[in-house]
Amino acid sequence: MTVQDSGYTFAYLDEATKRMIRRALLKAVAIPGYQVPFASREMPMPYGWGTGGVQLTAACLTPGDVLKVIDQGADDTTNAVSIRSFFARVAGIATTEATAEATIIQTRHRIPETPLTEDQILVFQVPIPEPLRFLEPRETETRRMHALADYGLMQVRLYEDIARHGAITRAYAYPVRVEGRYVMDPSPIPRFDNPKLDRSAALMLFGAGREQRIHALPPWTRVESLDFEDYPFEASRPDAPCALCGATDSYLDEVITDDAGGRMFVCSDTDHCAGRRAAGHRGASTETGA
Amino acid sequence: MNAPLDPPPAPAVIDVRDVAKSFTLHTQGGAVIEVMRGAALQVRAGECVALTGASGAGKSTLMRMIWGNYRIAAGSIRVAGVELAGADARTVLALRRDRLGHVSQFLRVVPRVPAREVVAEPLLGLGCPRDEALSRAEALLARLGIPPALWGLSPTTFSGGEQQRVNIARGFVHPFPALLLDEPTASLDGGNRATVLDLIREARARGAAILGIFHDAAARAEVCDREVDVGGFTP
Amino acid sequence: MTDGTDIRRNDGAGDAKSFKGFCQEFSKIPGPGGEAPPLLRVSGLTRRYGACIGCAEVGFDLWPGEVMGIVGESGSGKSTLLACLAGHLAPDAGQVLWRDRDGRTRDVLTMSEPERRMLARTDWAFVHQNPRDGLRMGVSAGGNVGERLMAVGARHYGRIRATAADWLGRVEIDPGRIDDAPHRFSGGMQQRLQIARNLVTHPRLVLMDEPTGGLDVSVQARLLDLLRGLVREMGLSAVVVTHDLAVVRLLAHRLMVMKDGRVVEAGLTDQVLDDPQHPYTQLLVSSVLQV
Repeated sequence: MTVQDSGYTFAYLDEATKRMIRRALLKAVAIPGYQVPFASREMPMPYGWGTGGVQLTAACLTPGDVLKVIDQGADDTTNAVSIRSFFARVAGIATTEATAEATIIQTRHRIPETPLTEDQILVFQVPIPEPLRFLEPRETETRRMHALADYGLMQVRLYEDIARHGAITRAYAYPVRVEGRYVMDPSPIPRFDNPKLDRSAALMLFGAGREQRIHALPPWTRVESLDFEDYPFEASRPDAPCALCGATDSYLDEVITDDAGGRMFVCSDTDHCAGRRAAGHRGASTETGA
Repeated sequence: MNAPLDPPPAPAVIDVRDVAKSFTLHTQGGAVIEVMRGAALQVRAGECVALTGASGAGKSTLMRMIWGNYRIAAGSIRVAGVELAGADARTVLALRRDRLGHVSQFLRVVPRVPAREVVAEPLLGLGCPRDEALSRAEALLARLGIPPALWGLSPTTFSGGEQQRVNIARGFVHPFPALLLDEPTASLDGGNRATVLDLIREARARGAAILGIFHDAAARAEVCDREVDVGGFTP
Repeated sequence: MTDGTDIRRNDGAGDAKSFKGFCQEFSKIPGPGGEAPPLLRVSGLTRRYGACIGCAEVGFDLWPGEVMGIVGESGSGKSTLLACLAGHLAPDAGQVLWRDRDGRTRDVLTMSEPERRMLARTDWAFVHQNPRDGLRMGVSAGGNVGERLMAVGARHYGRIRATAADWLGRVEIDPGRIDDAPHRFSGGMQQRLQIARNLVTHPRLVLMDEPTGGLDVSVQARLLDLLRGLVREMGLSAVVVTHDLAVVRLLAHRLMVMKDGRVVEAGLTDQVLDDPQHPYTQLLVSSVLQV
């Protein structure tokens, strides 16, 4: 079925909506880390399933784009597959699982292991865009705090972590400071991925559909994870190599293999793992993987 | 032969001229009570002057006006060159901090402050280093017969005589040029009484101007140069 | 003033690098001539609630190291006045001038919001009557005390924690309780924690609203004593609003008596309390029960 037969405008959203979203995106890119409100539309999926990311992707797509969609690093989960086929149907664009071939990558909760290039856009699905939300429930107050760069409370939260646990224990959605100005929630990516945000060559766009906010990191933006001088930020380190491809520096998922509780750790980024195996790397496991 | 002239009199450190005081009691229908009129006296450096008069005649009232606690309705009171009539609060505070000392009849006790700190307070208020202030305070307390065991305790539990001695120590810890003493020897036994009189004599010797109320006629006679009867100022 | 001698404090206090030396640097108490200009100048402060007067035409000056007491009964306007000074309420008229650490005069009421927030976080402090209003109940004691430091850029955990522990000790809270949440503290301890939280950035002006209200008498005594000591040690200026005359007698150098939104009498604390002139002041003083 061609795009015209499907009865939808290109990429599902009407042109006026796409224009509105692009304006919000431009504003977000102009003010790195700042949350720009936008009028989130009804999408054919419920809130909490990536509507923000989908709207951003829809606004950015052009007919020549190649789209990759990952969910927690994997191309083959239900949601990734659904969104990918959704866009194939309403935009008619090519899709891929290979990071290096994609021009737009929509992701939920991970940044691909393969370094991104200046020709790529990474679209994040964001649940709660406000990093201060759980410290200060009032939106009026958090807006003011951002406006005045009044981030003492965030630092207090990290202080409390160290006081209680001896270290900052945030494992994901670790707050960052963008260009020394705005504090931003990078979406629930693991702490492991935070260094990839800093001075990335790719354009990074963040969309929260339910919360109706967009924020962005233009390429080559300075992004620092919040910490203390004497408790500097440390990205987590994988405990073991990937059982399939033997990679020692990629983020791992734990996979339960049998009813006896057997488990193995494999790369979360399926494309990265597959690529390494195709290049001949092997891990400890005897399984060949999907 | 020309007789040598007497040296010119030293300027008065405490100079009271034509002072009047009345109270208007608004809570009692606006009754006006005039308690003093035409009060005048001078105390020079090195002098000790006693205020005498019947109870209620105005001794405390006059002393309070000199201390700045009561407003001066009319006239002038100058202490160490500072005019108190119509003076603003900060002037009086500065005067009390540096130039005018006061031993009141009762020690107003702040609940938890130890005796040594009560005595050291005037020095601390002048910026004296803490160690020095405390050691000077302790020396004076020792001289007045307060045992070291009590120095760290709050005077709330002290006897009347002990409280009075703490009060006196506080008044004498800094060499004020002018001193007001209200019944300094009350509640004191022979030994301590003698010590207090020594302190007064020493203050006089270093040039302080002292105005005191002494119920104890013998003490008065011992340390005072002259007496002024406030009965003469009763309207 | 004929006598030329200087009534300035002997600032022989020790090591300038020490905390005390640092604070005394800011607390030179000027003589009767007033060598130093006032820290705070308030004039014509007025705030109405519709036709009712909150406070009207209030003015006073405050110098470093001075405590100004404001007394009055409920409805006198004293809390309104304090709220206007603190920036919690916008006055309808008046001016508040503040001399900052560089000696420049700042107009507090026309300041921009970021500037005012900065002032509130560094040079000024506000102690609420109910400590729960002035603390973050969900944050540990150490976090509460350290927050202002972190808000102005402190980024060394060890030093922040050490400062917090030091301040807890100073307000007589066991530093071992640094990680306890405030709801585990008694009312008096919470109030002391609030004071520590406010004083950690060495503000030069503290505004206090009934600091001992709601506390047991023995606890009040302890708190007042602590405040007296801190005011002197740190050379703080303070504006203390209270209905309790015993508190002002103990803490305040100068006093303003307010009734129906206006100042009816002002002056030296002991003079206003011992020789009250205004009918209302006389009524107030005579109504206090002697113990």
